[in-house]
Order: sequence, then structure tokens, then C-alpha cells
Amino acid sequence: MSINPTTQAAPSPAADEAAVRKAISSISRPPKASALSAALTFGWRGMLKVKHVPEQLLDVTITPVMFVLMFTYLFGGAIAGSTGEYLDYILPGILVMSVLFTTVYSGVALNTDLTKGVVDRFRSLPIWRPAPLVGSLLGDSVRYVLAGTVIIVLGVILGYRPGAGIGGAIAALALVVLFSFALSWVFTTLGLLLRSPNAVMNAGFMGIFPLTFLSNVFVDPRTLPPVLEAFVDVNPISILATASRGLMEGNAEAGDIAIVLTVAVALTAVFAPLTTRLYRKG
Amino acid sequence: MTAHSPLAIEANGLVKSFGETLAVDGVDLAVPSNSVYGMLGPNGAGKTTVIRMLATLIRPDAGSARVLGHDIVKEADAVRSAVSLTGQLASVDEDLTGRENLILLGRLLGLKRAAAKERSAELLEAFGLSEAATRLVKNYSGGIRRRLDIAASIVVTPKLMFLDEPTTGLDPRSRNQVWGIIRALVEAGTTILLCTQYLEEADQLADGIAVIDHGKVIAEGTPGQLKASVGSGALHVRLLDPDQRPQAERVLQQGLGDVNLATDPAALWASCSDADRAAETLAELTRVGVRIADFSLDQPSLDEVFLALTGHPAEEVSAGQPNALEEEQTA
Repeated sequence: MSINPTTQAAPSPAADEAAVRKAISSISRPPKASALSAALTFGWRGMLKVKHVPEQLLDVTITPVMFVLMFTYLFGGAIAGSTGEYLDYILPGILVMSVLFTTVYSGVALNTDLTKGVVDRFRSLPIWRPAPLVGSLLGDSVRYVLAGTVIIVLGVILGYRPGAGIGGAIAALALVVLFSFALSWVFTTLGLLLRSPNAVMNAGFMGIFPLTFLSNVFVDPRTLPPVLEAFVDVNPISILATASRGLMEGNAEAGDIAIVLTVAVALTAVFAPLTTRLYRKG
Repeated sequence: MTAHSPLAIEANGLVKSFGETLAVDGVDLAVPSNSVYGMLGPNGAGKTTVIRMLATLIRPDAGSARVLGHDIVKEADAVRSAVSLTGQLASVDEDLTGRENLILLGRLLGLKRAAAKERSAELLEAFGLSEAATRLVKNYSGGIRRRLDIAASIVVTPKLMFLDEPTTGLDPRSRNQVWGIIRALVEAGTTILLCTQYLEEADQLADGIAVIDHGKVIAEGTPGQLKASVGSGALHVRLLDPDQRPQAERVLQQGLGDVNLATDPAALWASCSDADRAAETLAELTRVGVRIADFSLDQPSLDEVFLALTGHPAEEVSAGQPNALEEEQTA
């Protein structure tokens, strides 16, 4: 083999070849990263993106704030007789809605990633296969917590007082975030199937928007026509909203929470392996 | 290199199609350890698809391959543990800084937090990226970005590295730097599979070359053998007056044999392996009154290699398969 760089100019100031040589030989391969460590590293990556592109959080925070203000002061009097009473009803509902809406962005972000070469790099690494997905969703869960906290704090500022206190609010938030983590697998699946981030966004909201409005998030279903009421009653989003209200007020029914957890487990069991398989295939 | 050295890559009859497009049509490769092996071909020839199969990103439709002794389908994890990939699109995260990218990969490859930080600092320093370290990658210039991309590929030094068009779109200075880094890697014992469209790049770096066209290996050999198969070079002449081209064509025909007309109406070239005969032919041009703007005695270009091997120029290939590259990237 004769690779003598005869025409090589003096070491360029930009890349120091001697140092490159040293860097190449100064490392030995460490043991593989554990599944947990790889997933957490991808979660860290998600956090860094929030740090570098804080605008991302605006979507997550401003829309729900607008919803709270609009529904409470615009429709509250008409729907519930007084804005104060309606706030008690709608705040846990808006909490559910705003966090669920955020899950669509998990699919959008994954689709955006796919259009860049970096996914190839991740897929060529010797790591636990679902780590990039699980990790990003863990990172996204932090955003869900943030979005939820904004809503609860806003509610308190407007005069909302959860009957079960801070503990109740935290329990409700935890349940909503857990359900959202499960639901976001649906959108990562969409993110891998559809062609562009915009398509994911449109399809995602086309699904989640009607499902959220055809629930008891905004109005008591007893006022609805029977067919609609029947649907709203079995809509998992209604059950999640009811459970959240219960947790915040301290009168949650174990049955509701059990249904929410069952649906969450079922969504994860179907869509997490599906997402992983699609991701692996590329 | 001896005939007995173990093969780093051994591929047999790899086939891959995307929908209607047959991107790779039965590729065999035998890449010896500790060498640079070049895959030379125009856009859409199937080079990237071959690399993506060997790097376990996609499964072949047919055929098999072993990378460092591991089957790319059955032992994909073992392959991933020993290789790294530098893609045609710079495969780093645009929304992070250079330092964060290197730390991220260090952590994913199993380095502890402190070790990953230390390693990123060492690489940033060595690759002249210290100043750019805290800037977001999307604001990097092409050359800096490519250096980061290669640095990211050696956070843990791989036994085998796939380099997909590492210098496409770089200015000559950045290109020389990348070549220097590749040579350093080879000296340290890394085997490199290099995809390129540039014969010069393959010539500078590669010990062996496979020429790929329409998803098939159409020629194989050392750079010297390959060039010998097309004549060792070509005399390119550009005239001051395009109207004199027919006259110049006759002179070149007599002196050197087959003449090719370039798309530039004032330019033409002929294969030529002998500098003396080139000089005589140029003197003859001047003697008959053809005025020369400039001339050069070049290595054969990829175009000429293709013309010699396939009878059609490289551009025609990519023009005939306009969607092939796109297919590869979106697949």
C-alpha cells in the first residue's frame, strides 16, 4: 500500500492532522450503552432542542391559554350560568385537551427528523432499537408537564381552586401525561407513514380535534342528543377528563382511572411495536 | 495487502429495488481489510443503496453480505458495533451545536458523561472546530459541517467506515483537509468504503475501485488498471475560434486517433497515453494555423472511464434515471 501524501500542503490551520491521528488512536471502544442510558440520552437531545428553539414551546402554551380565556369568559356564562362555575368544570378538561394536542407534535418532530440524514446515523448505531423513539417521547413528556402546569397555574390565577389541593392537581396531571405518552405512539406511527411534517400535523389534528370536542371536555353530555351522548360517554377522552376532574376534586372513581390506564396500555402495546418496526425498516 | 488478508466486506449478488426502480442489480464486492476501497459511479448508479445495505439500514431483496465477518441481516447488531457511517447528507443534528452532537454520540456509544465531554473536546480541537463548537450546526459552512460529520463518525474509532461522497460540494481546501483525515484514518487501521463521483478522489485515496453503473459493477481494479483500460489520459484542447474545430479535429485524428467533441463548441479531446505524441500533435495544430486558447494532458475523467467501459458518458446515465437518487434518499 503506498498512500504517501506527497502533495499534501503544510498542515492547515483548520484541521490539525497530527491531532486527528492522535484522536483516532486515543480511544478504545467502551461497552455498549444500556437501553435506559440510550433512551435518556435521546430525552436529553429533546431537551436541548427546547433550549435552542424555545419558540417550540409557544405552540404548546399559548393555544391552551387562549382556550381557557375564550371558553371561560366568552361561553362560560352561557353554558354554566357563571364564569366561575364553568371554570371549575372546564379547567381539568382544558388540561386534557392542551396536553393531548401537544402529542401531535411528537409525530411531526419524528417526521422532520426523518427528512434529515441524522436518522441514518442513529439507525446505524449499536443501541437498543426503540431508544430514539422512547427517548424523544420521554423528552416530549417534559413538554406535556410544562403545558399542563401552565394551564393549572393559569386556572389558579383566574380563581380555580382544586378541591384535592396541589396533590390532586399533580395526580391529574400525572394521569394526563401518562395517557399522552401512550397516545403519542399513534402519532409517531403516523409520522413514519406520512410524507411530510405538514401531512402529519393535518392528519393528527383531523383525528384529535373532533375526538376532543365530542367529549365532555367542554359541555356536560347530558345536554346532548342521545346518540351523541352515547358516543361521548364511551369516548376515552371523556373518561380521561372525568378522571382528571375527580382527581382534582378528590372524588375520582377507581373504575375511570382503570379504564384510562387500560386504554393507555392498549395504545402502547399496539402502536409502540408498530412505530419501532416502521422506524427500523426506514 | 496479500491475497490471504481477511476480507472486511464480502458481498454476493446484492439486489435492492424501490418500487419499479431496480437500484442495485447483483453487486459483488470483496474489500480487503486495512484498505480504502472506492465505489465510483454517477448519481443514481446505486452506490448509496449498496452502502445503506452494508450499514444495515435497509435489507437486501436478494443476495448476502458479510461485514467484518458478520452477516448484515442475521448479525446486524454486531455489524453496527464495528462500523460508522458518514452520509451524503451531513448526518449530524442541525438543531444542536457541534459539541452537543459529539457528546450525544459519545453517550450513545457507551461513554460515560465525563468521558463523552472529554472526547468531544479532543475531537473539536483536532478537527479545528473549537470556535464553532457552541454554534448550531445549521449555521455551519459546508466544509466545517463535513469535518464535524467525520469527527462524529470517529467518536469511537470504527473498524470500518462508510464514507458516502465525503467531498461533494466542498471547495478544494476543505476537500484536501477531508482527504488528509481519511489518510490518517487508514494509517490507524480503519478500512474505508468510499463512494465517490470523482475519479481523482478515488485515484488519490483508493487501493481498489469498483465502477458502478445501473446498479451493477461494470469494472474493478486498482486505479492504475482502470486508467490503463481507458488509455492513461487525454489531450484536451480548447480553440480560440470555434470555426476551426473541424480542422483541429482532423489534425488530432491523424496524430492521436479517435477524437471526441466536447459540448463547448471550441473544445475537443482525444485519448492520449504519450506526452511526446501530444506535443507533436499540438505543434502540428499550430503549424496548420489552428489557434489554441489552452490545452491540458489530463488523467481520464469519470466521463472518459464511462465512455470507455460502457460506450456512453456518465451524464447520460444519470439523465436516464432522473429519479434513482431521489428514490435512494427517500427510501
